[in-house]
Amino acid sequence: MTAVQPEALTFECETGNYHTFCPISCVAWLYQKIEDSFFLVIGTKTCGYFLQNAMGVMIFAEPRYAMAELEEGDISAQLNDYQELKRLCEQIKRDRNPSVIVWIGTCTTEIIKMDLEGLAPKLEAEIGIPIVVARANGLDYAFTQGEDTVLAAMASRCPDKAPVVEAEKNERNAIQKLLHFGKKKEEVVQEESEYVDHPPLVLFGSLPDPVVTQLTLELKKQGIKVSGWLPAKRFTELPTLEEGYYVSGVNPFLSRTATTLMRRRKCKLIGAPFPIGPDGTRAWIEKICSVLNINPQGLAEREAQIWESLEDYVKLIRGKSVFFMGDNLLEISLARFLVRCGMTVPEIGIPYMDKRYQAAELALLETTCQEMGVPLPKIVEKPDNYNQVQRIYELNPDLVITGMAHANPLEARGINTKWSVEFTFAQIHGFTNARDILELVTRPLRRNNSLKDLGWDKLVKEEAKI
Amino acid sequence: MKLAYWMYAGPAHIGTLRIASSFKNVHAIMHAPLGDDYFNVMRSMLERERNFTPVTASIVDRNVLARGSQEKVVDNITRKDAEEHPDLIVLTPTCTSSILQEDLQNFVDRAQMDAKSDVLLADVNHYRVNELQAADRTLDQIVQYYIEKARKKGELPTTKTEKPSVNIIGISTLGFHNQHDCTELKRLMADLGIEVNVVMPEGASVHQLKNLPRAWFNLVPYRELGMMAARYLQAEFGIPYVDITPMGVVETARCIRKIQQVINAQGADVDYEDFINEQTLYVSQAAWFSRSIDCQNLTGKKAVVFGDNTHAAAMTKILAREMGIHVVWAGTYCKYDADWFREQVSEYCDEVLITDDHGQIGDAIARTEPSAIFGTQMERHVGKRLDIPCGVIAAPIHIQNFPIGYKPFMGYEGTNQIADLVYNSFTLGMEDHLLEIFGGHDTKEVITKGISADSDLTWNKEAQAELNKIPGFVRGKVKRNTEKFARDRNLAVITVEVMYAAKESVGA
Repeated sequence: MTAVQPEALTFECETGNYHTFCPISCVAWLYQKIEDSFFLVIGTKTCGYFLQNAMGVMIFAEPRYAMAELEEGDISAQLNDYQELKRLCEQIKRDRNPSVIVWIGTCTTEIIKMDLEGLAPKLEAEIGIPIVVARANGLDYAFTQGEDTVLAAMASRCPDKAPVVEAEKNERNAIQKLLHFGKKKEEVVQEESEYVDHPPLVLFGSLPDPVVTQLTLELKKQGIKVSGWLPAKRFTELPTLEEGYYVSGVNPFLSRTATTLMRRRKCKLIGAPFPIGPDGTRAWIEKICSVLNINPQGLAEREAQIWESLEDYVKLIRGKSVFFMGDNLLEISLARFLVRCGMTVPEIGIPYMDKRYQAAELALLETTCQEMGVPLPKIVEKPDNYNQVQRIYELNPDLVITGMAHANPLEARGINTKWSVEFTFAQIHGFTNARDILELVTRPLRRNNSLKDLGWDKLVKEEAKI
Repeated sequence: MKLAYWMYAGPAHIGTLRIASSFKNVHAIMHAPLGDDYFNVMRSMLERERNFTPVTASIVDRNVLARGSQEKVVDNITRKDAEEHPDLIVLTPTCTSSILQEDLQNFVDRAQMDAKSDVLLADVNHYRVNELQAADRTLDQIVQYYIEKARKKGELPTTKTEKPSVNIIGISTLGFHNQHDCTELKRLMADLGIEVNVVMPEGASVHQLKNLPRAWFNLVPYRELGMMAARYLQAEFGIPYVDITPMGVVETARCIRKIQQVINAQGADVDYEDFINEQTLYVSQAAWFSRSIDCQNLTGKKAVVFGDNTHAAAMTKILAREMGIHVVWAGTYCKYDADWFREQVSEYCDEVLITDDHGQIGDAIARTEPSAIFGTQMERHVGKRLDIPCGVIAAPIHIQNFPIGYKPFMGYEGTNQIADLVYNSFTLGMEDHLLEIFGGHDTKEVITKGISADSDLTWNKEAQAELNKIPGFVRGKVKRNTEKFARDRNLAVITVEVMYAAKESVGA
C-alpha cells in the first residue's frame, strides 16, 4: 500500500488540554546560565510547589531564585505591592547582591493586575539594581516559552552603542575572551583577520557554555564572528545591539525575543532552521552564510562525517515511528532530524506554532520528508492529551516522546516512551551533540531490547470497558 | 508577601487531588492554568503509577480571564463523564480560580444535570488551608456526600457487621509509606480477629462509603488525614474512633488496648494482652533491640526530630522512651495543629519547635549539633551540609522514599523498620567508640597530608601490629593522633606505650 502523500504539511488545533511544565520553570536553567542574576517568582504556593518539585535536588544547592509568596492580604490589596516588593528585594540585595533581579510574573499577578512593569523602574531607581520583568505565566505560555519572555525582556537591556575603544570591546565579550584565553594581544589581532568582514551577528537563546563555544567555533570556521550572545554568562555582559545588526535564534521557542529584536532593536533576523541535528546545524550555518554573503566551506563533508559516526544509533531507529505529544516547542526540529534518521512521524504535537519564526524549519521538515520518501506529519497545535492517547493506541508507534505524566502509564501498556523534558536539559545543539539526541531517543529502545525476551511488555490488567 | 525557598506542605489543591486520585474511579478536574497539573507528574514519578492519573485540567487561559469560563468547565466535566465514566467527578479549585471568583458551584450544578457521574466542588480555600487540611476536608466532604445520598435513597445499612470490624481511614496516594502501613494495619487487624470493613480513600470505591456505618469503630492512623471524617461518623452514627498512631512498640500497644476497650464496650469479649506481650517480647525485634548492647551505645545521644505531626510525634516518643536517646528538640510544620503536637511530645524533648520556615530549622540543627537528625528531605540536605546523618521520617519526600520493598512505619514490622532506620542513622557503635577514644571526630590540626604519608616517626613492630588491629576505617585517624602526640613530645619511636599514652592524653 502506498499512501498518497499530502502536498503540504497539515496543521490542526485541538483543545489545549495537554500537560506541560509551567513557564516559570525557565528560572531553573536561566539562573544557572546568568551567573549574577536572581530570579524572584511572584506567585503563590502553587508556583512554589511546582518549582520545588520540578527542580528536585537543585533546590538544596541554595539556588539564586526565590518565591515572593503572595498571601491573602496581597490578593485583596490590603498590603501595598510596592512596599512588599521593596522589602523583599532589599533583602535579596543584602543577602546575595545580584547584578539583576528578574521578576517572574505569574497567573496570579496577571489576574490581580499587579503592575510589575510599572513598579520595576521605580524600585530599580530606589535600590540601584536593574529589575527585569518577565510575565512567564501559565495563562499565556507553555514551558520553554518562559525563557522567551525573559529574553525578550532582557533584549531591551542590551546596550545600544558599541563601546568606542576597540580593545575594550574585545575585553567585554565573554566568548571572545574565552576563545582568546591565554593568547597575546598580537595573536588576537592576527586572529581577527581570520574573520570575514561582515555586519555584526548576535545569537539569541540560552545554551550551556560548552555548546555556546561549540557553535561559536563552528561559525568561526566559516569566518563568521559572533559579536555577542543573548543571554551572556553575566547580566553585565549583555551584547551590544545596534540598529542593523543581524540576529539569529538557536531555539525554536524564541519568537517573542525575535520579534522584540526586530521591532524594538531594529535588528535583522536571519530566519533559519535550528542547529539541532547535523542536518539542522548545517542548514543553520548555510543560511547565516548566505545572508552574510559567505561561501560555506566543508559543511557537506562535516555533516557526512557526523552522520557516519551516528550510524550505530541510526540503524536502531531507521524505519521506526515516533509520536510527539508536544510540550516544549522543540518538536518540529526534533521531528525533522528524526525523519532524516529514517523515522516516520505520524503526529507532531506542539504547544504553540509560530509559522513565521519557524518558517525555515517547517520548510526543511517538508523537504526532508519528501527526500526521505515518508508521509508528511500532522502538526497538532494545542493538543488534547486524551485524544492523543487514543490515537497512540490506534497507531501503536515505536516511540512516544511525552511528558512524565504519561510516560509510566504508557510504558506499563507496552509503549516505548522518552521523557520530553530531557531534550530541554540535554546538550542537543550543533554537530557535536547530535549523538546526544540519539542517545536519548534510542535509550528506551535499547533498554527495552534487552528486556524483550522476558515477556514483561504489558504490565496492566485489561480493564473491562463499560 | 513572604520570601520563600522551600515549603513543607503543598497548596490546597494537592490535598484534594490526593484524595480524589486515591479513590477508584474518581476523576478530578482542576480549574487551573496550563502547567498546574504537575500533580500528575509527581504521582506518576514518585508512586511509579502504572495508570494514568485521573486528573485533568479545565484550562484557565487568557480567554477565560477576559470572558469567564462560561461553558468550558461544564463541557470538560460532561466530556470526562462520557469518556471515562467515573463514579464521581471532583471539581478542584486552585489559587487561580480562588481569585477569579467564578461561581464554580453553579458549573457543578449545571454539569450534574447532564453527567451520569456525581459531581462535587471541593470545598477548599487556597489561601486558608494547606495540602493536609484540604485533604482532610475533601475526604470528609466525599464521605458526607455519599452518606447523605444513601440516606435519601434509603440504602443506608442499619446493622453492624457480625464480627468486630474497622474502617481504616486516611491511607492516601503520595502519603509517606502509606501503602506499606496499610498492609501492616490490615495484617494487625487480622491478627486481632477484626474484619476490615472499608479502607479509604486509597483503593476504595465511592459505592463502598455507604457501608462505613457498619464498622464497629474507625481507626485513624495519621493525625493529618481522616480526623474530620471520623468525627463526622461519630457524630452521625456514634461510631467511636481510635486515633492513636500505632507507631513504635509502646504506641502500638496503646492503640491495641484502646481498640480492645472500644470493641468490648460494644459487646465483644477480647483480651489482647497476650498478643501484645507475645509480639513485643518475641516477634517484634524492637523491644529486644532496645535492650541489646548495641542500643546501649545510643544512650544519651543527641537527636532532633522534625516532620508532620504524626511522624514527628511518634519518632520523638520512640527515640526518647524506647531507645534512651536525648531528643533536644522536636518540631512540626503543622502549625495549624500545634497544640496537639506540644501535648504529645513536650515530656519527651527539651524544646518544641513549631515552624514552617526551613531556615529556622536549619539554624536550630546547626546550633544543637545533634548526632542524628530525623526529618524530611530538607533536613536530610541540611544534614549533608553539616555532616550529620539523617533518617527521613516524613514528607516532603523524594522518589527514594517510595521504596518498592516492604517498609511500613506502623505496627510491629514498622517497629523493626524504625529500629533499623535509627540505628543506621547514628554512627555505628564500634566505629564511634574507636573514634571517641582516639580523640573524636575532629582532627583539629592536620599534620601530614594523606592518611599514610611517610613520616619521620618510626613505629616499632609491636605498635605497628597494634595499629594494624584497628579497623581500617579509623586506622588513619588513630595513626595521625598518635603521631601528633609523639611529635608534640619529641618522641622518635612509637611504641605500644606511646599509643596508649596518646589515647589517654586525648581523653584528658
